[in-house]
Amino acid sequence: MDQVSLKIHKGSFTAVIGSNGSGKSTLAKNINALLLPTSGAVYIKGMDTRVMEYLWDIRQSAGMVFQNPDNQLVSSVVEDDVAFGPENLGVEPLEIRRRVDEALKSVNMYDERKSGPHLLSGGQKQRIAIAGVVAMRPDVIIFDEPTAMLDPKGRKEVMTIIKTLNSEGITVVLITHFMDEASLADYIYIMDKGKVALKGSPGEVFSRVEEIRSYDLDVPLAVMVAEGLREKGIDVPTHIVTVKEMVDYLCQ
Amino acid sequence: MSIKVENLTHIYAEGLPHQQVAIEDISFEIEDGSFVGIIGHTGSGKSTLVQHLPGLLKPNSGSIIIDGEDITKKEGSLTEIRRKTGLVFQYPEYQLFEETVAKDVAFGPLNLGVSMEEAERRVGEALKQVGMDVKLVGDVSPFELSGGEKRRVAIAGVMAMEPEVLILDEPTAGLDPKGHHDILELVEKIHKAKGGITILVSHNMADIVNYADKVLVIEKGKLVMEGTPLEIFKREDELIKMDLDIPPAAELIRTLRERGLKIKGNPMSVKEAVSAIYEAIKP
Repeated sequence: MDQVSLKIHKGSFTAVIGSNGSGKSTLAKNINALLLPTSGAVYIKGMDTRVMEYLWDIRQSAGMVFQNPDNQLVSSVVEDDVAFGPENLGVEPLEIRRRVDEALKSVNMYDERKSGPHLLSGGQKQRIAIAGVVAMRPDVIIFDEPTAMLDPKGRKEVMTIIKTLNSEGITVVLITHFMDEASLADYIYIMDKGKVALKGSPGEVFSRVEEIRSYDLDVPLAVMVAEGLREKGIDVPTHIVTVKEMVDYLCQ
Repeated sequence: MSIKVENLTHIYAEGLPHQQVAIEDISFEIEDGSFVGIIGHTGSGKSTLVQHLPGLLKPNSGSIIIDGEDITKKEGSLTEIRRKTGLVFQYPEYQLFEETVAKDVAFGPLNLGVSMEEAERRVGEALKQVGMDVKLVGDVSPFELSGGEKRRVAIAGVMAMEPEVLILDEPTAGLDPKGHHDILELVEKIHKAKGGITILVSHNMADIVNYADKVLVIEKGKLVMEGTPLEIFKREDELIKMDLDIPPAAELIRTLRERGLKIKGNPMSVKEAVSAIYEAIKP
């Protein structure tokens, strides 16, 4: 990463996209002090990630969910797995019980609490990994390609949970290769060769189709359709980037 | 080259309490030159099915006839079968292990017993097919390459065995949009150049529409649909009922129809969708 400056507001939903090796994951790992900057600084709720004494508070405030659910589950019982985080934070047993139940309900997996993670589907496992982070009561959750290894059904399940958590007040940073997922965010950063190449609302970013393709990225389906219609002379507004917006526009 | 699968059934842990029927009574035929897409949920039995074709799994019952020979009845070595049928697993780059790219790609053909010279020729050829130059990357450690490059080397390792049937199990998972596009263009190019049969297992319905000429839908271990992409995706109500996706462009059209826009035909690709929408809304 090279001279990256950005600000993520409380309660927002930010997507970070970029080709393999563009620095997205490095950025994510800098947010909760898994990596420390060579120069420059990262502040989480005003806490400098380079100051050792903030480390626990930072990790508690900013949780991470990674690509492969199998690498993130530690226990052979779902609810034990979700309890692992708060246990490590030294939370009281009764409070842990409460948090685990709440976290499992928030990802729609409460009924599977006694089950073994190995018996679950990829999407379900990823939801357990998310519950494990939710149980630590973070302000921010950073999702590093959380749907890359899932099938379409699992992807939908996980994206629904991410949207719900965000609407409940958790700040979301989503790193993804799927442009349709990124188009759901409030704000998008495009990384290229370690730098922020483009930033703005989905409408602002995805209206620059040629530029996006020059970073080896794609545009969402609605933008491709809008582009095709414009070539045929239909004046589709450039702020249309999601399927829902496109449907609303065409059926107005 | 032809493949004929008849009444194939595979049961994991048969006779044990956790016995599981992975695939049941599956029959289909694939003709020479076909590009076949296989779709279905995680756990539907797709991977179990394709692992039977190179003889990696033995079925509990049923037969697999490759080029007229039933490989399930065959005694002794399956080397010849494995030479004909190359399988690229999910995340194949995890299987790279040699010191150099050239050695890694040569591993398969050398195991098949070809000469050193022939292996070298094949390494050059296979790397060329995946868009890499043996002179540039041959002596590089595969672990120094980028994710997309590693995957191409892994595919070259299978190509070097010169299979007549190339099976790819979700070859683009985890790649960025360009890597995704590049790998599929490559697979199509290889398919057109070498002929034979290509089988693509994928969750990406847009890819199936763009590349396959025949589609198999596997659900709960059974073959539930078989046909051209158009024939399959026209049955969108059934697919949605199975919780499977339809191509994104077709889904957009479906939503537009639900909202009352009168759109003709069965557009599946983005290009077809644009034309159909234009026809419906043009002034």
